[in-house]
Amino acid sequence: MKTLNKVLLTGFSLVAAATLVGCGGDKAKTAQSPFVEINKDPFPSTYKALTSVPTLIKNVNVYDGLGNLIENTSVLLENGKIKAVGNKLPTPADDANVIDGKGKWLTPGIIDVHSHLGVYATPDTGSHADGNEMVKPVTAAVWAEHSLWPQDPGFRRALAGGVTAMQILPGSGNLIGGRGVTVKNLPNRVIQDMKFPDAPYGMKMACGENPKRVYGKKGGPMTRMGNVAGYRQAWADAQNYQRSWDKYKKDYDAGKDAKAPKRDLNLDTLAGVLRGDILVHMHCYRADDMGSMMDVMKEFNYQIASFQHAVEAYKIADKLAENNVCSAMWADWWGFKMEAYDGIRENIPMVANAKACAIVHSDSDQGIQRLNQEAAKALSDGQRAGINFSKADAWTWLTANPAKSLGIFDQTGSIEMGKNADIVIWSAEPFSTYSQAEMVFIDGGVAFDRNKPETWAVSDYELGQVAEGDRK
Amino acid sequence: MSKLTLTAIATITALTFSAGAQAEKIAIIGGTVHTMTEQGAIENATVLIEDGKISKVISQEVSTDASYRVIDAKGKVVTPGFIGAFTSLGLVEVSSWAGTNDASVAKSKLHAALDASLAVNPDSTLINISRIEGITSAATSVGNTDSIYKGRGAVITLGDDADPVMKKRAFMSIDLSNSGADVSGGSRAALWVDFRNALNEAIYAQSINFTPQTEWHGTLSKANVQALIPVVKGEMPLLVQIHRASDIRRIIKMTDNFKRLNVTLVGASEAWRVADEIAAAGMSVILNPESNLPYTFEQNGATLANAARLNDAGVNIAIGMNTHNIRLAPQHAGNAVANGLPWQAGLASLTTAPAKIYGIDKQVGSIKAGMQADVVIWSGDPLEVMHAPTNVIINGEEVPLESRQTKLRDRYLKIDNEKPQQYTRP
Repeated sequence: MKTLNKVLLTGFSLVAAATLVGCGGDKAKTAQSPFVEINKDPFPSTYKALTSVPTLIKNVNVYDGLGNLIENTSVLLENGKIKAVGNKLPTPADDANVIDGKGKWLTPGIIDVHSHLGVYATPDTGSHADGNEMVKPVTAAVWAEHSLWPQDPGFRRALAGGVTAMQILPGSGNLIGGRGVTVKNLPNRVIQDMKFPDAPYGMKMACGENPKRVYGKKGGPMTRMGNVAGYRQAWADAQNYQRSWDKYKKDYDAGKDAKAPKRDLNLDTLAGVLRGDILVHMHCYRADDMGSMMDVMKEFNYQIASFQHAVEAYKIADKLAENNVCSAMWADWWGFKMEAYDGIRENIPMVANAKACAIVHSDSDQGIQRLNQEAAKALSDGQRAGINFSKADAWTWLTANPAKSLGIFDQTGSIEMGKNADIVIWSAEPFSTYSQAEMVFIDGGVAFDRNKPETWAVSDYELGQVAEGDRK
Repeated sequence: MSKLTLTAIATITALTFSAGAQAEKIAIIGGTVHTMTEQGAIENATVLIEDGKISKVISQEVSTDASYRVIDAKGKVVTPGFIGAFTSLGLVEVSSWAGTNDASVAKSKLHAALDASLAVNPDSTLINISRIEGITSAATSVGNTDSIYKGRGAVITLGDDADPVMKKRAFMSIDLSNSGADVSGGSRAALWVDFRNALNEAIYAQSINFTPQTEWHGTLSKANVQALIPVVKGEMPLLVQIHRASDIRRIIKMTDNFKRLNVTLVGASEAWRVADEIAAAGMSVILNPESNLPYTFEQNGATLANAARLNDAGVNIAIGMNTHNIRLAPQHAGNAVANGLPWQAGLASLTTAPAKIYGIDKQVGSIKAGMQADVVIWSGDPLEVMHAPTNVIINGEEVPLESRQTKLRDRYLKIDNEKPQQYTRP
C-alpha cells in the first residue's frame, strides 16, 4: 500500500474551493468545510530489508518460477535485487560473496497465499486465538494485521522451508472475515515492520460449512442460501455506501457545503473491493459454491482473486479459467468435513491443465514448511494420471501464481532482472523429500543459512525456554 | 544375475500347497527387495507368494512355472506393506459435523473398556484410499473421549476382508499429556494420582472373578477396571500420549512399581531430551517427526531432530500418526531422514517398528517365508514424495489401485460437455 498522507489533501481541497470562488457564481459564496477523504493506508509498512552485499551464486540450476529450467548458470544479487542471470557475470570484489551452487538448485522464494501464522500463533493457547472475529457474519472491518503477533515461532520454521512472503488471513468462520495482510517473512518487533511494501490488501470471505456451522444457532445464516443472501446484502450495502461518498464528492466539487457520510469500517473495506483496490480471497471447497460465488462476483462487478482450499476446483477448472479466478489448493488434504470429502490428489495439476491459475497453499503451520513437497506430490500424481507438467512448470504454482494473485508479481515471484532478491538455494533438486532450503535470501539479505546456526532467528517466546536456538 | 530355473522352488511350493487355498500364486521378480530381516536389502531378488503367505525370498531372479503370475519389478523397490502406527482407520468417514464418528466418544460410561474392534467398518472409503498408497495394515483406536482413556484399539488389515480385524483388543490407549490433565480436573496433580490409582485397582482386580453380583467399590467401573487387567499384566501394550520430558521420566519411574507395563510413548515431542532413559527402559516411541512447534508449553522442545536423536540412542521409533492421510506416513519418514534419521530406520519406522510395538512382527512388517503376504512394489524410493506404489499385495492378493478418489479423478479427466456430468461413468 503506497503511503499517501490523505490528511494533507484537506488543505488541497480548500484550494480547490477557493478556485471555485474565483470562478464566480452564486454557490461560490457558500463557505465549504474541509473535504473529508479516507486515508487508505493508516498503518503503513515500516519494512526494512536486511543488510545485503553483492552476491554471486555460480554453477547452480535454476527454476525461474516462470516455467523455465536453466541448468548450470549464475545468478547475481545486488542492492537487494536480482541483477543478472547468465554465465559470464561479473564476480563481486569479495570472494566471500561468491557461492558455489554446484549440485544445488536456486528458485524464487516460496509465497504462501494462505497462512494464519501470527494470528493463530504457537503456543496455540486461547490467548493467541486472534484469527476469527466470530461475533457476526460480516466483519469486513477487522484487519488481520491488528492481530498478528510477530513473535510466532512459526515464521522462522516457514523460513527454513524457503518461504519468503505470505498472506496472513483472518479465519473462515464468517461470510466476510476481514482484511488479510501480505508480509515479508522477516519478523521484527511490530507488525508494520513485516508488511510487504506496496502489496495491496486482500479480503477474506468464506463459503459453505463454516459460516452456517458458526451462525446456524446464532441468528443465521444457517444454510448455504443464507450465506449467499448475506454476501449479496453486504455488497448491496457497499454499493449504497459508495454512492453516498460519490455524491458527497460530486456535491463538494460543485461547491456545495456537503456533509461527508458517516464512516463505516465494514463498508470501507467492501467499497475498496468494488473500487478494485482490495483483492478477494475466498475460502470455498465445493464446485457449486464456487459457481454461485462467481455469479455474485459478476452481479456486483468485482473480481475474486482466488478461491482458497478449492478442494473441488478440478470439477470446474474450465469455468475458473474463463472467469480468471485462481485456485489455491492443498496437494492431498481431504475428508475432514463434508465439503472436503471429494478431495483428490490430482486437483492442482487438473486445474493447471485447464489453463486456470493454480496455486499450492498451506493454511498450516506445518504445511508451510514443506510447500515444495506439496507441489512435488501434486506434480507426480498428475503425471501418473497423464498430465505431463515439468518440474519447472510446477514451480510456478509456488511463486509466480501466488505472487500474481496477491498483486505483488511486479516485485517478487520469479527469477528476473530487477525483481526483489527473494530467493532460495536448495541443497538438492527441490522436488525431492530430502532436499532442504540451504540458504534463504530476502531482498538480497541472508535470512536463513542452514549451516550457520547464528543465522537462525529465535523468537522472544523461545528465549529462555527448552531448546532455545536448537535445530527446529 | 543369472536366472535359476527352479525345480527346487517347485518342490517347496508343492509341499506348502494346501487344498483349500484359492489365492493366486505370485512371483515378484527383479526388484530391490527390502526384507527388513537380517537378509537386508537384496537386489534383483524374487519373492514368491502363495496361499496368502510369503513362501520364499530368493536372492536372485528366477523363472517360475506357469502356475505363478509374474510381476516384473525390475528397477523398482519392494517393501513390506506399511503399517499405520496410530490411526482411527475404519472408525471415521468424515470427522467434523457429518454424523456418527466412531472415533469420538463423549458422555459414555465406558472409558478403558471402549472396544474399537466392534466399530471397524471394512467398507470405509479411507481403506482403499490408504492402501493404494502402500498402507496395508493399521492400528486403529478411538481418538477423542472425555477421559484420559481412549480404550482398547485393534489392528486391522486393509485387504478385502469382511472381518478386517487382525487382532482385537490389541492395545490400550491413554492420554497423559496436557489434554489428559485437562480432563482430569485440569492438573497433573490429579492426573497422575488417578492413573496410579487405576493401575492399582487393576492389579487388585486381577484376582476377582467378576459377575454382575460381584461387590466392587473401586473408583473405576467394573467394565473399565477389567479392561485394564491385561495392561497391568503386561499382556496388552499401553500406548501413552505424552510430550513433556518430565512426564516421560515419570512414566518411566512408574514402571519401577508396575514392572510389567509394556509402554509405548505417543507424540513425545520432548522425548529426545530423555532418549537414553527411554532406550534403557525399552520403550518404543510413535511420533510425528515433522512436529517442530511449541503448540503447548509441554512441547517447547519440539524439533525436527526428534526422530534422529531417539534412533541414535537406540529407541525403537514408529512413524505414522494420522487417519485420513495416513498415506503420508512415508513422506513423514522421508522428512525424518532429511533431518538425520538413517534411511533404513526410516523404512523400519513404517514396518518392523510398529509391528514390534503391537506384537505382530511374526505376522507382518517384513518379507520372509511364512509372513503374511503384505508386499508393496514402488516406482522408486518409497520415502520420496514423487514415488508411489505400482502394485499392492495384501494377504497374498493384489488389490486394484482404485478408490473413490481415483474414480472422481477419472470422471473429471474425461468430462463430456454434451451431457450432464452424472451420466459420465469413470
